[in-house]
Amino acid sequence: MIVLEIVIGGLLTGGIYALLAAGFSLQYGVARVMNVSHGEFIMLGAMSTYSLYVALGVNPLVSLAIVGPVLFPIGFLLNKLLFQRIRKLAGSGDVFEGWSMLVSFGLLFIIQNIALLSWSADQRGYSFLAFPISLAGLRIPANRLVALAVALAIGFSFFLFLMRTSLGKAVRAAAQEETGAQLIGINIRWMHCLCFGFGASLAGLAGVLISTMFTVSPFIGLPYTIIAIIVVVLGGLGNIIGSLVGGLILGLVSSIVLHIEPSLELVSLYVLFMLILLIRPRGIFGK
Amino acid sequence: MHAFGDHKKNLSQLALAILVVALLALVPACGSDYYVSLFISIFKYTVLTVSWATFCGPTGYMSLASAAFLGSGMYVTALLGDTLPLPLIVLIGGAASLLLALVAGLASLRIRGIFFAMFTLGLSEGVKGFINWWEISKTGRQGRLVISASGTTVFYTMLIILVMALLTSYLIRRSKFGLALRSIGQEQQAAEHIGINVNAVKLITFAATSFWIGATGSIIVTQWSYVDTQVAFSVFYSFMPTVMALFGGLGNMLGWILGSVVFTILSELLLTPFPYYYMLIFGIVIVSVFLFFPSGLVGLVTRWRKA
Repeated sequence: MIVLEIVIGGLLTGGIYALLAAGFSLQYGVARVMNVSHGEFIMLGAMSTYSLYVALGVNPLVSLAIVGPVLFPIGFLLNKLLFQRIRKLAGSGDVFEGWSMLVSFGLLFIIQNIALLSWSADQRGYSFLAFPISLAGLRIPANRLVALAVALAIGFSFFLFLMRTSLGKAVRAAAQEETGAQLIGINIRWMHCLCFGFGASLAGLAGVLISTMFTVSPFIGLPYTIIAIIVVVLGGLGNIIGSLVGGLILGLVSSIVLHIEPSLELVSLYVLFMLILLIRPRGIFGK
Repeated sequence: MHAFGDHKKNLSQLALAILVVALLALVPACGSDYYVSLFISIFKYTVLTVSWATFCGPTGYMSLASAAFLGSGMYVTALLGDTLPLPLIVLIGGAASLLLALVAGLASLRIRGIFFAMFTLGLSEGVKGFINWWEISKTGRQGRLVISASGTTVFYTMLIILVMALLTSYLIRRSKFGLALRSIGQEQQAAEHIGINVNAVKLITFAATSFWIGATGSIIVTQWSYVDTQVAFSVFYSFMPTVMALFGGLGNMLGWILGSVVFTILSELLLTPFPYYYMLIFGIVIVSVFLFFPSGLVGLVTRWRKA
């Protein structure tokens, strides 16, 4: 019984983790941008969903269809106008990785403070499907189940996109071998912008789901960025499929710790993260 | 004759340095409280940046552990309170930070590139999470009251720490250690082959420079009166030394100092007229640094001279 409870709890958290890490993984794996402002796009998704719900009564599930498409061009242009310029100035790839982290740190401030000016620092929440559903003898809030279902649906369609479409194949090729991808005629700069846009979009979708379960504020971004970093390292840096699996694993771990000592949840994730970096820096699926 | 010239140049540099420190020491006597706190801020960021860059500049490691070191120093003061004299507390704060750097460095200095950056970011957040958990479960409180020291005390303590941090950096850079660090940054394997104990050099430098970051944390926290983990381990302290060093110019000490001074003054100038837009503008400044000054202020001056 306890095992079932832990597994379900792990899936509920892990589904969201997988989604928020997939976007981050895409941005790093293909565009090589270590995007510390990833969580800010999650925050933007969450805050807009809140406003749409409270001001206009828009169902959060409808917001998915608004937030995703709106954030895509923003991400696309950010990479085109900002990160590609920085990449040229940085010269080498290693230097760019470090710089991209610092530039996105500046971006974090910009986005967070625009959000602060528009929404103020208050914690906000709204009630969406906040009734329990009995499942295999457990009572689980309906909104968490819906969030998991949506996260899995998005994750799965994204997986299909990567594996089955030719554009998805090009994305994977760009992540694996940049020069090789260029040789077979893939426009790599276009690919970078595209993946950055997808990353921002996926972050926003994760934010929409997060707002249905927890209270939100302009400050929620950074902790989610850190979670995304942990998941991505777990699944292997640049391994996009690995990050989907890594998210589920991390959800399971945090669910186990929540059962033993709830207040240590976050600390245990950091410890796990540092251990993975030390023992298997290429991730658990890495060679 | 050449050696004599070098000696003479060194002497005049030393004289200049002593003059600058002597002038700085006069600030509390002549300036208002505002200037005292402005200089404390400048000293703080200069220590952070110089300590960061002494290790990270030549080796190419990007450490984001500064917040962990600074915050540990702050918590040492918060824990010890008035049980010990302040100078001793500051030294213990430095030692705590050095110890943390030794343990973390021992584990992590063999990983490179972006992995090291992520590891140290995880370290800062992990220490923050651990202390937060400890405080809430053992004491039931989220923050702590801190003993307060006068602005003048903080100013002179910071000035001493600054001089010591600069001296540490200067001595490391001009010794065989500095040469070893540079060769590690350029080609670690080659450095190993010519007989450099790569791990020892990295570990000792990483730990020695973090001592002054911890000491800084221990003294500046007395300006506040209250501290919690959000303030003490703010991710801001991890990223700012990196940005400031790059802004000034990563290659030399003058660049690090210049970067910290200009950046701190800039942020002070922005804070007063734009209290609401301050952090927003700050973000724009950080992004602009990389777009417009990729080789740093020092690089910019060198380019002007060449042109």
